Amino acid sequence: MHWLDCPRCGRRPLDEYVFGGERRSVPDTIDDPDARDFDEVWVFENPEGPTTERWFHAFGCRRWLTVRRDTSIDVVLEVT
Amino acid sequence: MSEYTRTLPAMRWPDAPKAAYDVVIIGGGGHGLSTAYHLATRHGITNVAVLEADYIASGNTGRNTTIIRANYGLPEAIRFYQHSLELYQQLEAETGAAILHQTKGILWMAHTEMAMRTERGRCLMDTACGAKTAMVTPAQIKSLVPQIDLTGGGRYPILGASYHTEAATARHDRVAWAYASGASQRGVDIFQHARVTRLVKQGERVTGVETPAGPIAAGVVLSAVGGRITAVAAMAGLRLPIRTHPLHAFVTNDHAPGFGPIVASTELMCYASQTDRGQMLIGAEFDPQPSYSRQSSFSALRSYTWKITRLLPFLRQMRVLRTWAGICDISADYSPIMGATPVDGFLVTTGWGTWGFKAIPAGGEAMAELIATDRTPALIAPFALDRFQRDHVLADQGSAGTR
Repeated sequence: MHWLDCPRCGRRPLDEYVFGGERRSVPDTIDDPDARDFDEVWVFENPEGPTTERWFHAFGCRRWLTVRRDTSIDVVLEVT
Repeated sequence: MSEYTRTLPAMRWPDAPKAAYDVVIIGGGGHGLSTAYHLATRHGITNVAVLEADYIASGNTGRNTTIIRANYGLPEAIRFYQHSLELYQQLEAETGAAILHQTKGILWMAHTEMAMRTERGRCLMDTACGAKTAMVTPAQIKSLVPQIDLTGGGRYPILGASYHTEAATARHDRVAWAYASGASQRGVDIFQHARVTRLVKQGERVTGVETPAGPIAAGVVLSAVGGRITAVAAMAGLRLPIRTHPLHAFVTNDHAPGFGPIVASTELMCYASQTDRGQMLIGAEFDPQPSYSRQSSFSALRSYTWKITRLLPFLRQMRVLRTWAGICDISADYSPIMGATPVDGFLVTTGWGTWGFKAIPAGGEAMAELIATDRTPALIAPFALDRFQRDHVLADQGSAGTR
């Protein structure tokens, strides 16, 4: 993955972006409030396959993008 | 018998796994094999199986940049890695295998006053915890590495460096095979191309593993996988503070042998050393985004060829011979995770990120002691998984590529 299509700026090199982490929520199956806090702060889904994450266009429009990416082959599926 | 076959590690290859083992280790890389070796040699536990999904050392054990050092940033880490470094020094004598261990020293360059302060702090902490590190001046650096450009290409002037004299390199696959052979000869069963598809649970306890060849019962299951820990932990119903990032490295064509200490820079996030074959080995930083792709990236290659040639301009004349990538399980605080988990019968040694190779002897020794005695050795107690709940995270700035 060398390029990312910014909806505002067009196709720009990856160096312009800052990775903002996966977008995730704590699963409903975890009930205990402490366990939910732990999950929220520390745990990563870290899937091998499609995932949704946030990217910041730091050296471009300085807006946050939501990116669908397949981590098994490191290819962007969709940018919104 | 030819000279070549005489140097091959002696292995015992069983046809099929037994129905049950005391210990099943998932992952035939350095950490899994070292744990098996130490279980057999230190504790007499030989009813052990090591299941490797691919071939021995096919993962990160055979993909790292083979640097052994102890100049980390936290007392707990320095003590642990220093112990590992000392075990590496004795490894050839102990196993009889030629792992090509070479003490080279590592120079950690500082390009700003702020970095000088960091390196001075590192020297003081390393010395206090037993790792031999001292500050050196630019003139001393020049005499150790005559090829260096002290102006750093005009952009990264070298103000000084910390010099960790006991840093070393060793052949990574030979280390794995040394442990594999030692364990195998003492009765440990090692299987290649044996993928674990599921963990067998009875109630809340892990009691074995499922493979395409059938189930294997186990007293204890240890996950020593690198790069796939999230999937293995999920089989046990465990969620971990771990992300998986690819890490890139490359070697050049041969250079005249005799390149001095390993050259590293935190600010530039790169390092260079010379292999036994004479190739210049340059690494390594991991991609900012997690991924399981082992595809070498051109942007990473471009980035650190630019960086390393600031310090070592002669590398501009060299050609890139091979590039590769490994996928590293990196924990949320850049320190390894070793020991028990909330799931009974299931242990992990993971989070080895970019610092796993140097920890193979000490990590395996400590995990073997934990499995044999059911007590966590003091050396690895700070690296327990529950440190995140206890608010005792070990955020280590001394790890390569994790600034």
